[in-house]
Amino acid sequence: MGLFSKFIAKIKGENSFTTSDWQELERELLASDIGPGLTQELLAMAHKVKSENAEAALIQTLTSHLSQKSRQLLTNPDGTTVVLVVGVNGTGKTTSVAKLAAHIKRSGASIIVAAGDTFRAAAVEQLQTWGGRIGVEVIAGKANGDPASVAYDAAKRAEEILADYLVIDTAGRLHNKSDLMNELEKVKRVVEKTSPVSEVLLTIDATTGQNGLAQARIFSESVNVTGIILTKLDGSARGGIALAIESELGIPIKWIGTGESESDFAAFDPEAYISGLLS
Amino acid sequence: MFDSLSSRFSATFSSLRSRGKISKDDIESMSGQIRQALLESDVALEVVDSFVLDIKEKAIDAIASMQAGTNQANAIFEIVNASLVEILGGQARRVRFSKNPPTVIMLAGLQGAGKTTLAGKLAKFYADQGNTPLLVASDLQRPNAVTQLQVVGASIAVPVFAPEPGNGVGDPVKVAKAGIEFAKAKQYNMVIVDTAGRLGVDADLMKQASDIRDAVAPDEILFVVDAMMGQDAVRTSQAFLTGVGFDGVVLTKLDGDARGGAALSIASITKRPIMFASTGEKISDFDIFYPDRMASRILGMGDVATLAEAAKKAFDGDTSAKLEAKFASGEDFTLEDFLDQLSAMSKMGSMSKLLGMLPGAGAMRKEIENFDEGEIVRTRAIVESMTPSERRDPKTLNGSRRARIAVGSGRRVSEVNTLLERFSAAQKMMKQVRQTGMPAGMGAPAMAPPKNQAKPKKRSKSGNPAKRALEES
Repeated sequence: MGLFSKFIAKIKGENSFTTSDWQELERELLASDIGPGLTQELLAMAHKVKSENAEAALIQTLTSHLSQKSRQLLTNPDGTTVVLVVGVNGTGKTTSVAKLAAHIKRSGASIIVAAGDTFRAAAVEQLQTWGGRIGVEVIAGKANGDPASVAYDAAKRAEEILADYLVIDTAGRLHNKSDLMNELEKVKRVVEKTSPVSEVLLTIDATTGQNGLAQARIFSESVNVTGIILTKLDGSARGGIALAIESELGIPIKWIGTGESESDFAAFDPEAYISGLLS
Repeated sequence: MFDSLSSRFSATFSSLRSRGKISKDDIESMSGQIRQALLESDVALEVVDSFVLDIKEKAIDAIASMQAGTNQANAIFEIVNASLVEILGGQARRVRFSKNPPTVIMLAGLQGAGKTTLAGKLAKFYADQGNTPLLVASDLQRPNAVTQLQVVGASIAVPVFAPEPGNGVGDPVKVAKAGIEFAKAKQYNMVIVDTAGRLGVDADLMKQASDIRDAVAPDEILFVVDAMMGQDAVRTSQAFLTGVGFDGVVLTKLDGDARGGAALSIASITKRPIMFASTGEKISDFDIFYPDRMASRILGMGDVATLAEAAKKAFDGDTSAKLEAKFASGEDFTLEDFLDQLSAMSKMGSMSKLLGMLPGAGAMRKEIENFDEGEIVRTRAIVESMTPSERRDPKTLNGSRRARIAVGSGRRVSEVNTLLERFSAAQKMMKQVRQTGMPAGMGAPAMAPPKNQAKPKKRSKSGNPAKRALEES
């Protein structure tokens, strides 16, 4: 737990923690993207802690900011469980849809996916390639077609074949574009004519800065996000923004993406995440 | 983007301006506020601290040497502005064209930064200036990245060199090299090499990127980066700088509401200029990055230069000349002219984007974001439901004609009436302007009427009843 190890070593020994040490600690905390607010809180905490339990106290503070909600995939007991995957452009929705589908399929459940990104060039083909790889049926419409109609057809199809799960990919959109957010709301509404949407997963890129908060807040207002997929955690980014989101909005991180292959996907482990944040 | 940063700066400076004489303490408190604003905008701490220290020292020097009565707040504002321009890269730099064509541009960046889309935008930008670009599909990693580039290329009529299907098949280094040979043989004067997204920490893929670089000897390597990126921008840009090297930075997704601190960090740490910015989903939403204009926007001074350029591009010569002639000859401005203007305006991009470039936009950010773009579509529908002769002479529009137009455009008669009232008010205003002898030559930016039409509509969005009550009050 490198972030505080120097701090702890110093306060345990006789050495005092110098001004430049404090500055370094501040820089490290900020560099994890947890945000200036949480950074100040942790620094204030560090100023007060007793040496023997310093590390535990800091970890506890970080942990107390995690969401209390369940991190399990929400399911629909009465029929197809519909999962809608949403997010900003380039955060990894299509890849996450494929990984999630592969994960569900491995559990033995039946699943189909819907290629609801009709906007980006070749996004449908990208998902179809994935579908072939992981052996999952992909429902697709026309390029530049209405994403809501693709989603509706997929929901109908899922009902028809009694699929356990339907995972719907959507086009990337910036949350400040109200027309695109309205389009997303329509996709959800139209699907819900057939089956309730049990889970709305928002993909957040681990390299995202404080803007991730705005993304989570606005997507939640629009389509009620129930969980987060934190993607690209295999890079040098620590993904501290996810903690800021959990802390501020209470939306639980459910999955993490750590690479480009289908197996680079796992359920979120809060303890490992916190220690990763500090390492 | 940069908007929230901009509103913070505006607030800081207006408090500074409200003081008669600025003391050292005032500068301290200003520096603290700027520091906080920059940190909240994802600028890396080391960049923030050196920036703040720099402006603080300069500001203290400046007020010490200043006589009483000079405008100290303005002088400090200028210091901050100059430092921002400097940190953003000084002058806008253009792509260096090779003396021996083709000019080779290689794109590199993280996954999802927007390289493939950008490749298309860049190709279109240079094709429009008379170049003959070739796109080379060297992203053989991501499923259907090759297809995506082909679709993009087809949509802008730029050829795509894609000998390998991708999806993990093929050697990107060979493809890139062959692409250059192909371009030479076919005499394309520019080659844009799209590469796979890669992480700074992935040594194998960084090696591959430097192999591509060595194979194609690019004139420019552009590092493509998402404007929403956080603190990792520092590490990642350094990794790319040492791994492949790059000559310039391209910021993508600038149309989001990110504060874009990553851009400041990268430019300042790598000393590489930000050369282009990508600002929307359309292929034409792309421009050269102007550090001075961006600094103006951050400081809430607006970006009138870009606005004027966009207007010039959208209002073709004929339309402007026609309008000018009309104006000079004393002819009435008609609904037909208005329709021309509306369509030219929609070519310029979304209303919220245009309004965002006006000075003081930071203060009305909420209104701009909630601007109902549909308003323009509806207004157009109404005008388009009129016959040409009605547009030329709106006086003929009696009740039954108005009812017909309402049905035709799917709007209410009251909306048709409001539009016509506003239009005749605008017409009168134009007459007055002419009679008071204001100079003509305002063909292109005669935008007053549409702006009157398009009042920002406030819509409550909050699900929280208390908050909504507040918004509605």
